Amino acid sequence: MELLDQLEQQSVYILRESFRHFERLCMLWSIGKDSTVLLWLARKAFFGHVPFPLVHIDTSYKIPEMIAYRDRLSMEYKLTMIVGQNVKALEFGKTFPATQALPEGDPNKISRVECCGLLKKDALANTLNGTWPRKKLNLKTGQYEIDPDKQPYHGVIVGARADEEGSRSKERYFSPRDKNSLWDIGDQPPEFWNQFKTDFAPGTHVRIHPLLDWTELHIWEYIKREKIPTVSLYYDQGNGTRYRSLGCAPCQSPIKSTAKNVDEIIAELKSGKLKNIAERSGRLQDGKHGLEELRREGYM
Amino acid sequence: MMETMEPKTSSTKSVSSRSLPSASPKEQMNIVIVGHVDHGKSTLVGRLLADTHSLPEGKLQAVKKECERTGKPFEYAFLLDALSDEQDQGITIDTARSFFKTKKRDYIIIDAPGHIEFLKNMISGAARAEAAVLVIDAKEGVRENSRRHGYLLSMLGINQIIVCINKMDLVKGNQTLFQKIEKEYKKFLSEIGSSPPLYFIPVSALHGENLESKSSSMNWYHGPTLLEALDSFNKAPPKSDQKLRMPVQAVYKFTKQGDDRRIIAGRVESGKIKVGDKVVFYPSNKISAVKSIEAFNALKKTEISAGWSTGITLTEEIFITRGQIISHETNGPSVSTRFRANLIWLSKKPFLMEKEYKLKIHTTQEPVRILKIVKIIDASKTGSLKGKKQVNRHDVAELILETRTPIAFDTFQENEATGRFVIVDGYDIAGGGIIVSAEKDDQEDFRAEARLRDFNWIKGGVNQEARAQRLKHHAALVMFVGKAGVGKHKIARAVEKSLFESGISSYMLDGTNILLGVDADLVWIEATQRELVRRFAEVARILLDAGHVVVSTTNAIGLADFAQVQALLPNFPIMIISIDPGSQTNSASDLTLTGQEKESKVVEKISELLRKNQIIIS
Ligand SMILES: Nc1nc2c(ncn2[C@@H]2O[C@H](COP(=O)(O)OP(=O)(O)OP(=O)(O)O)[C@@H](O)[C@H]2O)c(=O)[nH]1
Ligand SMILES: [Mg+2]
Repeated sequence: MELLDQLEQQSVYILRESFRHFERLCMLWSIGKDSTVLLWLARKAFFGHVPFPLVHIDTSYKIPEMIAYRDRLSMEYKLTMIVGQNVKALEFGKTFPATQALPEGDPNKISRVECCGLLKKDALANTLNGTWPRKKLNLKTGQYEIDPDKQPYHGVIVGARADEEGSRSKERYFSPRDKNSLWDIGDQPPEFWNQFKTDFAPGTHVRIHPLLDWTELHIWEYIKREKIPTVSLYYDQGNGTRYRSLGCAPCQSPIKSTAKNVDEIIAELKSGKLKNIAERSGRLQDGKHGLEELRREGYM
Repeated sequence: MMETMEPKTSSTKSVSSRSLPSASPKEQMNIVIVGHVDHGKSTLVGRLLADTHSLPEGKLQAVKKECERTGKPFEYAFLLDALSDEQDQGITIDTARSFFKTKKRDYIIIDAPGHIEFLKNMISGAARAEAAVLVIDAKEGVRENSRRHGYLLSMLGINQIIVCINKMDLVKGNQTLFQKIEKEYKKFLSEIGSSPPLYFIPVSALHGENLESKSSSMNWYHGPTLLEALDSFNKAPPKSDQKLRMPVQAVYKFTKQGDDRRIIAGRVESGKIKVGDKVVFYPSNKISAVKSIEAFNALKKTEISAGWSTGITLTEEIFITRGQIISHETNGPSVSTRFRANLIWLSKKPFLMEKEYKLKIHTTQEPVRILKIVKIIDASKTGSLKGKKQVNRHDVAELILETRTPIAFDTFQENEATGRFVIVDGYDIAGGGIIVSAEKDDQEDFRAEARLRDFNWIKGGVNQEARAQRLKHHAALVMFVGKAGVGKHKIARAVEKSLFESGISSYMLDGTNILLGVDADLVWIEATQRELVRRFAEVARILLDAGHVVVSTTNAIGLADFAQVQALLPNFPIMIISIDPGSQTNSASDLTLTGQEKESKVVEKISELLRKNQIIIS
């Protein structure tokens, strides 16, 4: 069996286990390449269907093309698309971009990491547990409406990969989060063979990571093999830059690259100049242990 | 601009793809690094990553710079120990995965912690490895976790092992010391019955000697470097040539999405499955044949082999639930309630004799308890303890376990995937182990009778699934048990009646009626209890085959006979309702009543149970 098949088959197995054990299951969908591969794997696992909702945390700073792609794909695949947002923080301008112009030391200034905490981590936690309103795409009208369902999700599928950064390399396939979405890295449950943590206390939830064993290169090789559609931001449109990892517009910079299609990205990753540059280097919020802190507190 | 949404079927290759290297189908191997705390595992991995240029550019410099800034001496281990707590304390807390490649293959290295406190993390890492590197500090020699980890590797079935005697720089490359440690460790392994490691290599992780390149200071060593040794390892042969084992993971029917296929999903763990194959579901003995092999965005296959998470449809629809193993009529798995196992316990709460736990094995889960503790092995030393009444944290034990109802399994020797299990206590995985042998329970003969009967059963023109669709429910046996005089009969009659009124084809089978007729001959000879139960179950078998929900009550057959009834009726759901005025909840029954409840309440509870067990089709 080829390596890509092996990776695919294990991910499918994990997805089916999660669907079996978690009645309240959802998949976080960030629009990026990993989420998109994850969605594809779900269709493999469930023979063309996606039997659970996708949850997208909209910071409002995503590049417009990403949102258009999300809605177009949802309509085409008939997905249950749920969107959550930190409406208050946006309303009161408590974000990094909105306070960027303030002088250094101003108490109202919001750092990049704080902004991630508010717009992503907090929005995620409160969308998952149902305390903040969720919006759901109406597949008939193409409009988002308030979702009457306020029940918490207990199983959350996430596209994190071990090769992305330090704290992700310590993840389990099934990783419990407590009532406050906290991750106790020092005391994680054992994970034997293919027996996963599928029992959980009320109020807690479990993050499920089907892509843990995949590397960035595997993701692109799989996109190529399966001909999976991806957003064009990953490709150079002629100005010699492209995005390697997709986040919010103000906090990510494109990399210098002339890769115009999947083949060229694979070649670039394999032998080209990117081989030795960390994937999230374009993400400006990561810092020293900044990402570890965010992730301990519930960030994906 | 976006690409199209659906997979392109035509070969619209981009122009530039011709000149690019094609994705080489390389293999990948998981290796785990184990050994006693501080013996240099993370350093070895960090150094290996640095020497094979597997680190992102600038990472090494960044870590070095950070150390300078904080005044900490630089450690290669910091490349792995990414958590702030790990760096502060200088130990590995959790396994980390990193990636490197050689010409031969891609590796995932799992760096395990050596501290006993994090043994569960070490196991989690080791359980996914195909080969292991065990690190021993030359200066400290063989220590407690060098032994414990060695034992666990063998228990986990990892037998491609390299022992690295590390920190050779601290002992000036002393060959005699190296040989002494090698001898001592080999002796330990042979005492616990493990096979000897394939290589012993003297290394200095810190100075990168004998990892990627040969040591210049230890000329007396002529064996391979660590990388050479790793590359000499082999991937396990494909399991396609073994007996078929496909545990049922789920049965899917996405009717709402306009998909009428009823797909039995699962991973083929070994062997192959072909369209047209006659397949048996164990332990239920149900039989059908494979109609198709289903997949999304892939070519239709007529055969699928080990490793694939697949789905099949059947020619004859049968009622199947998760946890059954699909195999063939011959070469099926073992079926029993008892097996002998080697187990490692990881929970702070001990594994107790009297308590019931949850066993998870392949895709099934089942209440389980310890029948017997054969011995507890102190994995850190040699020798074992007998007569212990519980299994404590970090103990390795040989046990006989008993499940409430029979399960299908194999020994670990025969089939890894269906021969290993975990034990869940409350919400947590508390321990895990491998099955050494199937043990006979008291129902062995009856199980054999049932298998022979079920495999050769002559089916009518109307199959069970068709009956179930017509009746809107599956067949099931609801047994009322309890002491004489508690009012079982009255309740059973009432349940039969109201189920019938709600549209269920219920039938009350009173044991007395069987005694009067079927058992009439037994009145004159020494009637054994087991023969009475056997005849009762065979009569019930006919009624169940006809699709009824059989409500039974009898004083002659009680809870004690349940295991026998179950062995004889493996392919029908059985629910036990205990009637006990003292309302002692009995763990073996599905529902306990006092007999004083209102009739409507009882019926409601039983209907709920039928729905929960998917007997009633909604
Ligand atoms: N002199 C010398 N020191 C070494 C060598 N390898 C490791 N060390 C030192 O030994 C100490 C422990 O190394 P680690 O790599 O953290 O040990 P570990 O086995 O990963 O420890 P845990 O993961 O906590 O069990 C560090 O201070 C290393 O610098 C070596 O080859 N020579
Ligand atoms: Mg370490």
